[in-house]
Amino acid sequence: MSWLLAAPLIIPFATAVLAFLFRNGPEGRWISVMGSAALLIASGLLMQAVLAEGVVAGQMGNWPAPFGITLVADLLSAVMVVITGITGLAVAVYALADIEERLEKLGYHALFQVLLAGVCGAFLTGDLFNLYVWFEVMLIASFGLLILGGRRQQLDAGIKYVTINLVSTILFLAGIGLLYGMTGTLNLADLHLAVQEVENKGLLTVVAVMFMVAFGVKAAVFPLFFWLPASYHTPSVAVSAIFAGLLTKVGVYALIRMFTLVFTEDVDYTHTILLWVAGFTMVTGVLGAAAMNDFRRILSFHIVSQIGYMILGLALYTPLALVGAVFYLVHHIIVKANLFLVAGVARRIAGSTELSAIGGLYKTAPVLGLLFLIPAFSLAGFPPLSGFWAKYILVKASLDLELWLVAGVALVVGLLTIYSMTKIWGNAFWKPHPAGMQPKLGSLSGRDRASLILPIASLAILTCVIGLFPEPFVQFAERAAAQLLDPVDYVATVLGTEVEGATGLAQLEGIE
Amino acid sequence: MELLISVMVGVMIATGTYLMLARNVLRFIFGLILISNAANLMIFVAGRLTPESPPLIPDGADVPPDIVANALPQALVLTAIVIGFGLFAFALTLVYRGYQSMGTLMSDEMRLAEPEEDRQ
Repeated sequence: MSWLLAAPLIIPFATAVLAFLFRNGPEGRWISVMGSAALLIASGLLMQAVLAEGVVAGQMGNWPAPFGITLVADLLSAVMVVITGITGLAVAVYALADIEERLEKLGYHALFQVLLAGVCGAFLTGDLFNLYVWFEVMLIASFGLLILGGRRQQLDAGIKYVTINLVSTILFLAGIGLLYGMTGTLNLADLHLAVQEVENKGLLTVVAVMFMVAFGVKAAVFPLFFWLPASYHTPSVAVSAIFAGLLTKVGVYALIRMFTLVFTEDVDYTHTILLWVAGFTMVTGVLGAAAMNDFRRILSFHIVSQIGYMILGLALYTPLALVGAVFYLVHHIIVKANLFLVAGVARRIAGSTELSAIGGLYKTAPVLGLLFLIPAFSLAGFPPLSGFWAKYILVKASLDLELWLVAGVALVVGLLTIYSMTKIWGNAFWKPHPAGMQPKLGSLSGRDRASLILPIASLAILTCVIGLFPEPFVQFAERAAAQLLDPVDYVATVLGTEVEGATGLAQLEGIE
Repeated sequence: MELLISVMVGVMIATGTYLMLARNVLRFIFGLILISNAANLMIFVAGRLTPESPPLIPDGADVPPDIVANALPQALVLTAIVIGFGLFAFALTLVYRGYQSMGTLMSDEMRLAEPEEDRQ
């Protein structure tokens, strides 16, 4: 079992080393593509095992939990790793045409693979401190990718991105210290049991809020999101696509994990904060987007507003709402990464991402128009695309709780999303090009066209498939949500059934 | 001992926060470094301080004979120091490169990625 769990970490790291060694030649980019494909296969195998056996756990170095580092995959972790594999492969293929040789020589592919490893590690770990380490792996790789190339704009964005992320990291670390001081354990499954015995519940809530702020920065929720629209539009398109797809979602995943598994003692308090946060995140994100006039910056603000929906699912904390959150996570990663890739192609053939400087794409590149419409409508929640079901479940969950206002906000934000998407459509696609240019996909070389359009088309098809056949996906999300709400399986698999119930040092006796 | 270090952590966080309120990015980073060290100390204290008893197990025994210092927080702090060192080395280099290319350390003047004319 251990190998199955470790493979999604080992593969990208090994690929990173190879890609770095071959960074000067064309081999590097193909190594990156093959490594990402291997990651996708490994994640598929892991998913198969999780579907067959329920929660899968492996003790690294054979140290029994909770003393060693545990890798554990439940349905949520497994699906996140699969999505990482899919997005990773799509972006790696896209990067074949997008990343200039200069950036490749600086080690773009190696950093990209390290980023994937960090993301997978964060999804798979069952240990709080280990989660911190994976966050750092991910963070340092993302720092590198963000400023790779060193344009002034990137350095400016980089300073903001780096400093705010460092603040959140330190808060996370301090939270770990305090939680460890109270419970004496860092294993997530063990923490689930240990927090129930903590006497000072008030202090526990304080620590919970520390984690909320720390992960909130990573997830870019209101009012901690300012770094995101300040930085995501500056790096290369492939980089901003993988950032948009995966990075904030790691924060959301960590929030979901911590606030369903560990911090469930004072749900009234913590999840009410989350509910407010979710509402404001949705609204500010979408309003911010309405004020922007750049393809990628509009999309960046939409990441923020969409994060609100996922947090809403967690905040409502009913089985149906968590189904919505899980479904939304999966749908959003695919759609968002895809939209950034479309923006990249638009820049490539029309010359800019600034909406006032481009146009005419619909007339001369109708295929791109179609490929934009699918994820854009899905993002706004048009039936029958994937976003419709994601929003439908969340709105239904809030109506079930008679939270009319929340349901109303979710619907209005969907409407405003359409406004931004029509703005992009009207400016980039319908309006004639201001410089009289005729942007054509045909202006790209055949190879470039294939590696740019193939990932976009594949992700768009995936969106349609989820939208047209939502049943298996919803059922899957239901099972994942059930596991989240009742983590008995998770805890039992990680700790081993024979020592169930004992926590911390008391377990030593169980082992001896 | 715990109390003393806890107070020290508080002072370090207060000083760090003060520095982080500055517009100068370099000061901000210095404040951050202070706070990161305070967080490390916090983990250390959270593991309870047991002076002068290294966690050693004598030959032949399976468990330490007496109460010994908790080795886990030490390992955590060590990891956190190494990671923090790397991150801050990067952050300082970045700020220096930013200063070289933008000619300023004031966060108010760093508007390249989000130019003012956006208001148009």
